[in-house]
Amino acid sequence: MNEIATPSPAALDVPRAPALRRYGVPVLVFAAFALAPIAAAQGAEGYILSLLTRVMIFAIAAMSLDLILGYGALVSFGHAAFLGIGAYAVGILASHGIESALVQLLAALGASALFALVTGAISMRTKGVYFIMITLAFGQMLYFLATSLSAYGGDDGLTLPSRSLLFGANLLKGDHAFYYAVLGCLLGCYLLCRSVVASRFGRVLRGAKENAVRMQAIGFAPYRFQLGAYVLAGTLCGLAGFLLANQTEFVSPAYMTWQRSGELIVVVVLGGLASLHGAIIGAAAFLLLEEVLSGYTEHWKMIFGPLLVLVVLYARGGILGMMGGRHG
Amino acid sequence: MSTTLLIIQTLNGLQFGIILFLIAAGLTLVFGVMDFINLAHGVQYMVGAYLAAAFTAMTGNFGLGLLLALPTALAFGLVLEVLIFRHLYDRDHLDQVLATFGVILFLNQAVKFVWGAAPLFVPVPEILSGSIEIAPGLLYPVYRLAIIAAGLGVAALLYGLVNHTRAGMLVRAGATNAPMVSALGVDIRRLFMLVFGFGAMLAGFAGAMVAPILSVEPGMGDNLLILAFVVIVIGGIGSVRGAFIAALAVGLVDTLGRSFASNILRLFLDSGAASQTGRALAPMLIYILMAAILFFRPSGLFPVRR
Amino acid sequence: MKTFVKAAGVAAALGLMASTALAQGEKVRVGLMLTLSGPSAVLGQQARDGFNLAVKEMGGKLGGREVEVIVVDDELKPDVAVTKVKGLVERDKVDFVVGPIFSNVAGAIHKPVTDAGVFLLSPNAGPSVFAGKGCNPNFFAVSYQNDQNHEVAGKVAQNRGYKRVYLLTPNYQAGRDAMAGFKRHFKGEIVEESYVPLNNLDFQSELAKLAAAQPDAVFTFMPGGMGVNLVRQYRQAGLADKIPFLSAFTVDESTLPAQQDAAIGMLGGSNWAPNLDTPQNKAFVAAYEKEFNAVPGSYSMHAYDTAKLLDSAVKSVKDLSDKKAVREAIAKADFQSLRGDFKFGANGFPVQDFYLVKAAKRPDGKFQTEIVEKVFDDYADAYAKDCKPAS
Repeated sequence: MNEIATPSPAALDVPRAPALRRYGVPVLVFAAFALAPIAAAQGAEGYILSLLTRVMIFAIAAMSLDLILGYGALVSFGHAAFLGIGAYAVGILASHGIESALVQLLAALGASALFALVTGAISMRTKGVYFIMITLAFGQMLYFLATSLSAYGGDDGLTLPSRSLLFGANLLKGDHAFYYAVLGCLLGCYLLCRSVVASRFGRVLRGAKENAVRMQAIGFAPYRFQLGAYVLAGTLCGLAGFLLANQTEFVSPAYMTWQRSGELIVVVVLGGLASLHGAIIGAAAFLLLEEVLSGYTEHWKMIFGPLLVLVVLYARGGILGMMGGRHG
Repeated sequence: MSTTLLIIQTLNGLQFGIILFLIAAGLTLVFGVMDFINLAHGVQYMVGAYLAAAFTAMTGNFGLGLLLALPTALAFGLVLEVLIFRHLYDRDHLDQVLATFGVILFLNQAVKFVWGAAPLFVPVPEILSGSIEIAPGLLYPVYRLAIIAAGLGVAALLYGLVNHTRAGMLVRAGATNAPMVSALGVDIRRLFMLVFGFGAMLAGFAGAMVAPILSVEPGMGDNLLILAFVVIVIGGIGSVRGAFIAALAVGLVDTLGRSFASNILRLFLDSGAASQTGRALAPMLIYILMAAILFFRPSGLFPVRR
Repeated sequence: MKTFVKAAGVAAALGLMASTALAQGEKVRVGLMLTLSGPSAVLGQQARDGFNLAVKEMGGKLGGREVEVIVVDDELKPDVAVTKVKGLVERDKVDFVVGPIFSNVAGAIHKPVTDAGVFLLSPNAGPSVFAGKGCNPNFFAVSYQNDQNHEVAGKVAQNRGYKRVYLLTPNYQAGRDAMAGFKRHFKGEIVEESYVPLNNLDFQSELAKLAAAQPDAVFTFMPGGMGVNLVRQYRQAGLADKIPFLSAFTVDESTLPAQQDAAIGMLGGSNWAPNLDTPQNKAFVAAYEKEFNAVPGSYSMHAYDTAKLLDSAVKSVKDLSDKKAVREAIAKADFQSLRGDFKFGANGFPVQDFYLVKAAKRPDGKFQTEIVEKVFDDYADAYAKDCKPAS
């Protein structure tokens, strides 16, 4: 796991001036991901790549959640449903012989967006914890639907014949190729979210989080902006589901349990809310800690649990807050 | 779909609802009064079951085990409150989620560490074992009737406490406007502690009561926690009356839905399709119920006025 | 094609290492991937303990070589399992992966393990996909094909002349497979196919329906905590003495400590029971109870057998990187199974005997399943014919 912690020389050159601090951490994070395969080549390459790929996929999912949770104060407790939609789009199409990555990706994104639009429109009627629970309800409905799909393996899930094909060729097969493809997706999602957050759309979203009535008074209907953000977040998480299915070459309802949705919330809060790269750091911390601790003892959750409690009690603003690099 | 079967299933639904109510009552009070999302409420149910199992094994008597488990569950809840939860009351909801999630991870593993991974055995108390014939040919276990009776008793007690005592008045006032209660000179910290301990004990009581009929195992509270949240959201947060009605509704819908979904669908579909759809639909029913209720009443059935 | 080249490369590299190190007694590396957390952890623990017991009895060696056993918890999450199994294969460079307990994890780890040219030996899960069309020369089930214990129950119902049977399983894939397995040999009337949600706690409503239907027998598949609840509630509802209880994976050594007297007399299909009368088995049960203070179940028996199987294979092969030789050595199954007769079919699944077993209380107060009668002799699974080994 040292591969991540070790900052690359390039990243160290970044000046720690206050203005650049908000860029420093993300640049460092992405540089670490970009260079990790070189370090990985020294050890069990496929395993490390697979672990880091998993981290990046969960980072995409968590980042998409951060978009609505951190910036819009919309706590979705059914976000893992989109992981499932993305994954099942791959699985179902592949089992019918459609293995083109483009078709599968379009289906994954389209289905996620549609599900987000419909459930979002209904859920937005409620606020606060009621919103949390109604999103949970939709997530659970989808989960039970997936478990009843006998033709696609039900609970046992289904194994993919291979990774999705790009232009008819198996370009994503190699661990390296897939790693960089996922890294590209993560970077793309990050830049997209960054620009969305910085745009007028993002400012309205944040304004609605602080004071919805005032936003309404100055002529913005928060509902439309929040719904827009919800659909975007769902779609990006659908992308994560598409990648997850391809990484494991396996699709199962276990991807969309409510526990998984809860973990995503935990990852975002652990990393630091409303910063986007905090979600990436949170995902890395969560998954790598899980991996390392469980290697030491079967009872690793007895260490991990109290660790989370300590983070909340003594490190406001999650890991980013601890690092002193939190930005509003 | 005979009438006797319907009666039995209704009783079953009631009994399930009562258990849900015992858990949800504490959850809705803690949430309503303290504005505190306690995900660890489910593990308090589990701890109650484990304590009952341990004390029953120690004393050889379920009644004694239950009597010992209740104060221990209360004490355990208070220890958690003092150590962790009281530092979270003025925090963001999400911080509370993260910390209490950590507590779940720890306790689920800790019971396994102490008692092993295998489910524990708690015998049904001798006097409550066996079944009585409530209709010709249909038996109903006595112990389940006892659960229903005990639950109704607790509900009545809770009703009295909340509506006719000074502490209850403060709790109601706290659910409406906690800062105001505090400003009026009430020691709000002590009130919180009281509410929290009481909630933990109720959940522990529920766990202890089901120990003889369900398997006592790590993680047994996780799914019930979610159902308890469903219940308090349907009922309206902070409302004990709402929690009671919602708990019975969820218990009945879930139980009756599982038994009769396929039969009802058979009226519209052919047999094969009906049982398949029924199977897919049955576990979703309570979530559909919740989504529908929240769609029409976005703050639950009995919203506490603020 | 590319994988083949890569696998061949890895194999060649390993071969080089192995041949140079063989002189000093190259270690055998075995990865155990089992479910060790969550409510089902007890099954994984049984398998781990069974495997470790066998290794301990053989002096910490397999086939005369030092063995390193790496235990990994799959957390019953398929995606977690995939990453961890890659860790076993690539970081720990294991020669064999033993696992998993659950079929959905098997579905997830099968490809990464077998594609890497490593052998996967299952001490429990035996999904139909891998027995039939999806069979793989690197996959062996040392347990059974998942349907078989259900088939035993169906056969018994048929033999005993039950006319109307009520089926009750959880609403998930294994539950649906269980019903299909039961119906393979049972030709009578199925009164009702009743599905309960997975991790169902309370069976009261199903039991009420069941009692009202008044079948000749009930067949159920309720693993883990569900089985504990069902059996106790079945007894409490007063049904145990009225309607015969046929089951699979519901009344076994992992659930009996919590079911206790409630389960006595309930029937199950199995390929083994602790009281199976062979000298090896007697010694195993005694040793296991002494070591772990619990009666071993089929999970530990399969894992113990797996260790013995690996012992026999490693012993007869000089070079573990010679995959073909290892595969042939495993397929030969040249070891004494605790079950007595045991051999592999062409699909890597066992051909073995199956029994009807019954839960009983031993004189020392512990509970175990005991053999009632043999139902199938040298029985192979129904999917084997679909397995076309590719070269």
